[in-house]
Amino acid sequence: MSQESPSALRHRVGDLVFFNLTRFFAVVTLLLLAGIIVSLIHGALPAIDKFGLSFLWTAEWNPPMDRFGALIPIYGTLATSLVALVIAVPVSFGIALFLTELAPPWLRRPLGIAIELLAGIPSIVYGMWGLLVFAPIFAEYVQPALASTVGKVPLLGALFQGAPMGIGILSAGIILAVMTIPFIASVMRDVFEITPPMLKESAYALGSTTWEVVWNVVLPYTKIGVVGGIMLGLGRALGETMAVTFLIGNMNFFNGISLFLPGNSIASALANEFAEAESEIYTASLIELGLILFVITLIVLTLSKILLNRLSAQEGTSS
Amino acid sequence: MTNDSPDAALRRQIAVKNFNFYYGKYHALKNVNLEVFKERVTAFIGPSGCGKSTLLRTFNRMYDLYPDQRTEGEILLDDKNILDRGVDLNELRAKIGMVFQKPTPFPMSIYDNIAFGIGLHERLSRVDLDERIEWALQKAALWDEVKDKLKQSGMGLSGGQQQRLCIARGIAIKPEVLLLDEPTSALDPISTMRIEELLHELKREFTIVIVTHNMQQAARVSDFTAYMYLGELIEFGVTDEIFVKPKKKQTEDYITGRFG
Amino acid sequence: MSSNLARVRKIKNQLALTVSLTAMMFGLFWLIWILATTIQLGVGGFSLTLFTEMTPPPGSDTGGLANAIVGSLLLIVLATLVGTPMGVLAGIYLAEYGRHTWLGKTTRFVNDLLLSAPSIIVGLFIYEIYVAKVGHFSAFAGVAALALIVIPVVIRTTENMLQLIPDTLREAAYALGAPKWLVIGKITLRASIAGVMTGVLLAVARISGETAPLLFTALSNQFWTLDLNAPIASLPVTIFKFAMSPFKDWQQLAWAGVFLITLGVLSLNILARILFRRRDQ
Repeated sequence: MSQESPSALRHRVGDLVFFNLTRFFAVVTLLLLAGIIVSLIHGALPAIDKFGLSFLWTAEWNPPMDRFGALIPIYGTLATSLVALVIAVPVSFGIALFLTELAPPWLRRPLGIAIELLAGIPSIVYGMWGLLVFAPIFAEYVQPALASTVGKVPLLGALFQGAPMGIGILSAGIILAVMTIPFIASVMRDVFEITPPMLKESAYALGSTTWEVVWNVVLPYTKIGVVGGIMLGLGRALGETMAVTFLIGNMNFFNGISLFLPGNSIASALANEFAEAESEIYTASLIELGLILFVITLIVLTLSKILLNRLSAQEGTSS
Repeated sequence: MTNDSPDAALRRQIAVKNFNFYYGKYHALKNVNLEVFKERVTAFIGPSGCGKSTLLRTFNRMYDLYPDQRTEGEILLDDKNILDRGVDLNELRAKIGMVFQKPTPFPMSIYDNIAFGIGLHERLSRVDLDERIEWALQKAALWDEVKDKLKQSGMGLSGGQQQRLCIARGIAIKPEVLLLDEPTSALDPISTMRIEELLHELKREFTIVIVTHNMQQAARVSDFTAYMYLGELIEFGVTDEIFVKPKKKQTEDYITGRFG
Repeated sequence: MSSNLARVRKIKNQLALTVSLTAMMFGLFWLIWILATTIQLGVGGFSLTLFTEMTPPPGSDTGGLANAIVGSLLLIVLATLVGTPMGVLAGIYLAEYGRHTWLGKTTRFVNDLLLSAPSIIVGLFIYEIYVAKVGHFSAFAGVAALALIVIPVVIRTTENMLQLIPDTLREAAYALGAPKWLVIGKITLRASIAGVMTGVLLAVARISGETAPLLFTALSNQFWTLDLNAPIASLPVTIFKFAMSPFKDWQQLAWAGVFLITLGVLSLNILARILFRRRDQ
């Protein structure tokens, strides 16, 4: 290395600069996550100081009196997301099954794209459409029908009581389900497709029906990935803002467990109130809500990622 | 070497001495000793997994791209150990060209495919560059087929043409040694024949090392042959002798097809 | 007995397949319903004034979306210009340098989290570190928030696309004695450029409809402005404001805006697919 040619020098410098440049931006991405958490904690400090842990289970949200608790928005966030999952999981499973096993090959791609387009529609569109088109129809036809059928069933019926207003936790959950379906369905489709064809063929060779192959072979083989996909959908649903803001009703009181009732979610509380929050404690409480939301979604998404990684690791060793 | 070797004036290009190679814990090459001579074709043969490709890829230190690999011993190129830490890999690879199993044209024009490699090591005027590219394509017996479409993408050529383009790209930087890793395994018989003919031409100027699983090919194109098995060099010698009267029973079994 | 069992199995199978078909129809039903009403209600509000007039003050019965459209375009273009190079470079690190390193693995994991993290949190973050410090909302803050959404999308696609490039192509370039930065810059990145562009288009599509991160960064503005240091109007935030309002004219404008955004976003999605598909062949 005593006499280095100019081109060799140029290449070494180029390598050094380029490597450090790319690494710098990888580190920036890493720091971004830490930065978000630190800044949210910092912003939430006044509220954390004042309310302590009881913030989490206090059901009062009273800006004029500067008294804040997160229970109502947390409940609204979880309730809408659960409603969404109850609808989205079976539908997504059906869609994934259809796309991998049933649809003729020439239809698979266009249908898959159509479902993915559902994910492409911006959330503001879902929101406005949900409020102005879906909610009135829902209030007029679907809610009365639900109240007079499922509403009469003991226990379960309690969830379907009250005036049909069109907006509320149930309608927000339904729109959320439609928005979540493409995410869950596409993960399910992808994991179904990694089932080794030989495994499926062996089951078919025993005389299994399509359903038996899916239920007894494909699903057990991919169950970790399926759960990972559901968690991904849940992570998306928890933080969804605009669609829920339009439909949930933005009510900061708890009037009962009926899903017809309006409520509030963390994300919609932020969207509606943050820019107008006057007092420091009000702002800090909203930021603490954001922190809670971020921590919950990070946990759910981390679980999802770990499960999906485990499936691909299992895939790697078994092949 | 025996006296009836193809040419008495043999000069050494590469010497492999007590060479061991490990992938992680796996001992892939075991105490290999071997010499490669200037302007001759040396073929490595043996069943798959025997380490012939691994050995070839140590000559230009391709293994450096991947983690968890380790060497022991020496590989001398012109009496300098290329395994030394201080060796500039880019300069080493300028001296040792390589052609792969499958054609690997870059996503650019035929002209740029060759100019890319030259530009790494030399600054040529436009006229000199044009001249060098024509020279390389002539050497690779591709010039007549592509001279009117140098600006078209290299990916548009047929498989055999792409492989000759890769050979042209490799020799355009005027290396001393050209490594070929099963260069015809993805090609049809006619393309294969053309490349074999090409090797006869190229060995006048370059030292050639070829890995092949096709024994007829080794017999046709090479001057020296090394037979490897399970990471060991079983036998090395003049090709005609290896194929006509191998010294080792193992070699004979493989060559006569009793084992493969 | 056994034929009875066979019948039950067959019926069960039929039932399952029917349910599966129904699920598919259910998904398509929403897509078609949403698109149909969006077109129907959006086209009604379409006129030239949409692109020439500013957003109206309350009570006024004329007006358009000109300032919101231009504001959105400005935010989207700037955020893409800022976010793309950062994302591409980080994606290169993940695919070419950091495949097996601690930093690479951790960043890949964290990036996947950021990809699905709630976008409103990004707005909150920019508010905390920038808006609250300078004391006012601004287009700069909006650009920063949208850029933070672009980056993970671009990182992910860049990494995936680079990984699709066979190692033999890299080896062929190294075998010529090329240094790593040239192998990446001239060979692998070039070979995957269509895929990377697809990622950028998808990122643009994603931020075109993003509302939540703009609410406390760019805010909104009733007037025409190109001042990046002041609040600026954007289509999504304007739609949010107008759709929630009781005025019919405003809702009409919001529908026109929704139609514009949906059209734009879905065309980008489809364009991205076509672009990437062409590369496959």
